[in-house]
Amino acid sequence: MIYNKRLVLAHFWLAFAVFGAAILLGEWQMFIRSPLHGWLRNADLYYRSVTAHGTVMGYVFPTLVAMGFGYAFSELALRQPLIGTRWAWAGFYLIIVGTLGAAIPVGLGLDSVLYTFYPPMVGHASYYIGVVLVVVGSWIWVALMGVNLYAWKRAHRGAPVPLAMFATVAGAYLWAWTAVGAALELLFQLIPVALGWSSSINAGLARVLFSWTLHAIVYFWLMPAYIAFYTIVPRAIGGRLYSDTMARISFALFLVFAMPIGIHHLFADPQVGAGFKFLHSVFTAMVSVPTLLTVFTICASVEIASRLRGGKGAFGWVKALPWDNPQMLALALSFVMLGFGGAGGLINMSYQLNSTIHNTQWVTAHFHLIFAGAIVIMYFAIAYDLWPHLTGRAMGSLRLIRTQLWLWFIGMIVLTFPWHYAGLLGMPRRMAFYDYTAPGGDTEALTVIMSVVGGAILVVSAAIFLTVLWRNHRAPQIAPEPYTFSKPVHEPANLPWALNGLGLWVGLMIALTLTNYGFPIAQLMRLHEAQVPAVYVGGKP
Amino acid sequence: MSPGSRRALLRSRWFTVSVGGTFALLVFSVFVGFVWLPSAQNDALFKGLWNAFCGAAGVPKGWLVPTAPPPPPSHPTSAVVLTPDLDNRAADGSVGRGGTLALKCTMCHGTRGVSSADIPSLAGEGAAAVFKQLKDFQAGIRISAVMRPLVMDLSDQDMRDLSAFYASLPAPASRDLASAPDIIAVGAPMRNIPPCGACHGAMTTKLGTPGLDAQPRAYLKAQLAAFAHGTRQNDISGQMRNVARNMTEAEMDAAADYYAGIRP
Repeated sequence: MIYNKRLVLAHFWLAFAVFGAAILLGEWQMFIRSPLHGWLRNADLYYRSVTAHGTVMGYVFPTLVAMGFGYAFSELALRQPLIGTRWAWAGFYLIIVGTLGAAIPVGLGLDSVLYTFYPPMVGHASYYIGVVLVVVGSWIWVALMGVNLYAWKRAHRGAPVPLAMFATVAGAYLWAWTAVGAALELLFQLIPVALGWSSSINAGLARVLFSWTLHAIVYFWLMPAYIAFYTIVPRAIGGRLYSDTMARISFALFLVFAMPIGIHHLFADPQVGAGFKFLHSVFTAMVSVPTLLTVFTICASVEIASRLRGGKGAFGWVKALPWDNPQMLALALSFVMLGFGGAGGLINMSYQLNSTIHNTQWVTAHFHLIFAGAIVIMYFAIAYDLWPHLTGRAMGSLRLIRTQLWLWFIGMIVLTFPWHYAGLLGMPRRMAFYDYTAPGGDTEALTVIMSVVGGAILVVSAAIFLTVLWRNHRAPQIAPEPYTFSKPVHEPANLPWALNGLGLWVGLMIALTLTNYGFPIAQLMRLHEAQVPAVYVGGKP
Repeated sequence: MSPGSRRALLRSRWFTVSVGGTFALLVFSVFVGFVWLPSAQNDALFKGLWNAFCGAAGVPKGWLVPTAPPPPPSHPTSAVVLTPDLDNRAADGSVGRGGTLALKCTMCHGTRGVSSADIPSLAGEGAAAVFKQLKDFQAGIRISAVMRPLVMDLSDQDMRDLSAFYASLPAPASRDLASAPDIIAVGAPMRNIPPCGACHGAMTTKLGTPGLDAQPRAYLKAQLAAFAHGTRQNDISGQMRNVARNMTEAEMDAAADYYAGIRP
């Protein structure tokens, strides 16, 4: 059972509340730069909105979901009350303070830095300090996940660590290490400049440090979704997890390969050597291994569920799957979006192909398909699965839930497919204005209008999602069945040491980070020519 | 960790396969990325294994030093280097000294930096912008028969003090862009004209770029024409010359009307 329901609910509700606000900003952005609306007179309003939308969706929302999910799964998997509840609340309040500290200057137009930490663009210090507080709050969660697992292992010597907790702690450790890059950049470079202690900044070094965090953060967002794939979906559809070992290897490989890949974001950056760009390309390709392992394992798991329900034939079993079950639906829709997003990602990681789509709408399309599509739809699924256990009330209309999931999928496809095309046409991203008067501009105009429609569908879907959760609080009280995780086909009686702890994989993660980042960072630290004057955006010290 | 358990760890298949496999992948990637691919480039400068390796690692080398000096510019260009400290807080006493020096500017620019003739107002102007213009007048990059003799005897510190003084005076109230013409608010992207407001005020002002709010209409028109005809050449990288050349007469009028519109 979940012992600290209020703690978990607080994290989830705050996450979904800020998500609800930020999605409105996203749709507004699409609308005002489309041909459906005249040009915005004050472009800064657009950039403020992009900054707020990106900061909330990229940093605050997934962090809060991962934390609430982690606290719930720690108690459910380990069957022990969370150790360090007070610390957990402290972390939560730190995130609130950090979010407000960052959001207020953004609203005032002091931080139109487009949610990135790319100098020489420098915003008001309170934005950066706010983000640091959010990260510090989440580090408390990381520590608590480690402490709780350690306490459980001491009390259950030699016993297999439950898969859900193994994966949750893997996600926490990945976050702890990947956040170090941005933390170094913020504390030693951006905040001193934002406070006016220095007027120049080593932009090359800052970008490399940010890239340390920039891509691996996606796998931190992804972890709850992947944990749900393995531990929620097979159980919810009446099946079995095909392989517990495969699941653990996938999470271990994410830990190893998610980190040494960030420089592929700097292919166009002249201050990083081509050799390191190639190196990061190779390791980015390796991330597809745990993803493909997951797709295989989960497809095998749902096939088991189908055959248990009487599904037959080489493909006939697909028909027999419980498609009316929201977990099944969410999984399938998530996989489709993951497939399209992943295919786009293979193009982004390619040293040559990247130059075609670099900084165009293609990139926006790619990360929306992966994060807002494949990942967020599983956040919805997680909420639907956990909510009755958090509120002790029945979940209402399944039809409404299915409608919501379908709308999210359709909206995301209508939003992102035209974006991909617009990117191939060369439309830049993060622009307040597009000029539709150019020859061929009508094609671009059409893609943007389609994206506005997709965004509107997403807003409706988000509203239904919040409504379903809210209505659950008023539903009749029930005594939910005890929460269970997916049972693997073969229960692990004893596990090899490498799959019952994360030491080996954390060691490899750190070692690979050092080989792939050590030299570029050391070299740029010594390169004083890389110091450039800061360009203050909005707020000046 | 005891020696026994360390030996057991090193012999573990999980350890050898995972660490060995990752190391092998790393070595292979390094070989391809740092040795093979750079060597395959038919570039005389990168011949040799060590050169290829250093080039791929991004180590700056002597081979990148240009062998021929850059060609001299066809006309004098501004030598002012804009750094953020030009716009930062003025040194102690700088505003006061600047105020004293400004006594000989008041005839044209007004006692408090606000001119009632067709002369630019300097009140609230960014320190870097004023400093750059003074430097350019002194070096003859920006040509004015009136300004040249007045700035000839100013030292670098004098010009910083004058800049700090004018920056300290109250700036004219800026407006939002609701009533601004298109050329101010959005420019003309298809003709490579950025919005005037993106640099000169209303949206934001850039370092070293003068704010144009409340400047005299005739002055603005004259400067746009000077940029368009290439008779004023102290803009960085020819930026304003490129913009002004592409502007229509109507756009120049609209821009000048907007900025002169709140002239007191």
